Amino acid sequence: MNKAAAPRLGEPASLWRMRAVPVATVMVASALPLMLPLVASSPVLPPLGLLFFLCWQLLRTEMWPVWIGLPLGLWDDLYSGQPIGTAVGLWTLASLAIHYSSQRIYWRGFWHDWVIAALLIPVIQALAALIAHPAANPGRILGLVLPQIVLSILLLPLVMRLTGKFDNFRLKRR
Amino acid sequence: MVRPAHRRPGQSRKAQYSLFAAYVIAVTGAVAGLLLAILSVVDPVGFAQLRLASQEVAAPVARASRSVIGSISGIDDNVGAYVRAGSQNRRLRKELAETRRQLVATSSLQEENRQLKALLALQQTDKAALANGYLLTSTSTSSKRIALLSIGRNMGVTAGQPVRGADGLIGRVLGSGPSVAQVLLLTDVDNIVPVRRARDGLPALAYGRGNGDLDVRTLNIANNPFKPGDILVTSGTGGLYPPNIPVAIVVQRQDDGALARPLADPAKVDAVSVLRPYTPDNIEAQRAVIAPPATAPAPAP
Repeated sequence: MNKAAAPRLGEPASLWRMRAVPVATVMVASALPLMLPLVASSPVLPPLGLLFFLCWQLLRTEMWPVWIGLPLGLWDDLYSGQPIGTAVGLWTLASLAIHYSSQRIYWRGFWHDWVIAALLIPVIQALAALIAHPAANPGRILGLVLPQIVLSILLLPLVMRLTGKFDNFRLKRR
Repeated sequence: MVRPAHRRPGQSRKAQYSLFAAYVIAVTGAVAGLLLAILSVVDPVGFAQLRLASQEVAAPVARASRSVIGSISGIDDNVGAYVRAGSQNRRLRKELAETRRQLVATSSLQEENRQLKALLALQQTDKAALANGYLLTSTSTSSKRIALLSIGRNMGVTAGQPVRGADGLIGRVLGSGPSVAQVLLLTDVDNIVPVRRARDGLPALAYGRGNGDLDVRTLNIANNPFKPGDILVTSGTGGLYPPNIPVAIVVQRQDDGALARPLADPAKVDAVSVLRPYTPDNIEAQRAVIAPPATAPAPAP
């Protein structure tokens, strides 16, 4: 066995894993709803890709550049059924908002994170639905996505926990 | 607790520029993305291929998960069925007796109808399906109601073809890839189906509500003729859906029409058929195919 290649005690995690884990979790979460054998009659599932995206940003604001919403949003648009470009724009604006808030609120805690996400999720989901159906009655469209928004906000702590677990795995030393 | 982010890059010019560039890319990208979204609402065809390519990737996983856990859509119904079993049994037995009586009456009418049609040499347009498949999965996080069909161009499925289940209309094909196709469901907000009441042929339009129900509006606003229990079928107007496919049943009167529930629930339907669009040249072509055998049984004693 090659001695140089063997893992040493206390060596930091591989750069490859540190980079790939967050992107992979968001991509899988975006594509997952289309892989379940569920023919839904209304938007019943929370936007998992968006939730993981926000949680990674809130947990590790400096990890990604501000423009990471462009590629990840495009991936989400391909699977969510929304017009392509919706998530590209809205996720990047959310990313800018989180970066701005991290400059304003210096020591950010769990409750801050939840409130920021609870403000961003309704705005993103409502705008996405309105962009998708420009001709329909806005009140009805918002009523359509309201249960999903409430569910997403309530699910956020769980997703935050999961993201934390993935973060531990990402940075785990050998 | 999160470590405070220090966005200020210090004195390094290079770090300052790269941070500035990241923000410039983000803002221009976001604006371009939103413009693209508006563009793809106006012209959805342009980006369909890109999306179909990604759905081709998702389809094998959906196929596998469907074969492993089956369809998980009917859970609430299964639970409800146990709770209501007793009263439902009584009601169904009564309905069965009633239906048997009606069936006897109808079968004689059917025979009479067949003879009259033969007398008039009336031909029915071909109702045979172009291809049969099943619904794999659907968008469940978005307000768009698009389902994935298990067959695509390999079976001749192309955009604009109507899709129906055994119970009624499901929707229409939005786009097709090599082995999957997108189906815009009946209940999507952007899907409008010309219908007529089965009883008397009253024309109406069915609009999707996006939550599994339909809004039905008549073409004249003056009175509201709908009653709960009215069956709506496609009228064939507009030339996409063939006539006489069951669409929905009226469940409630409303101020400006009625609330209806689709007869075919895409969550529970197992197999669906893709039909030919109801366009003049298609109808003519089918007539031409059917015509020779129809004229054959001439010498009757």
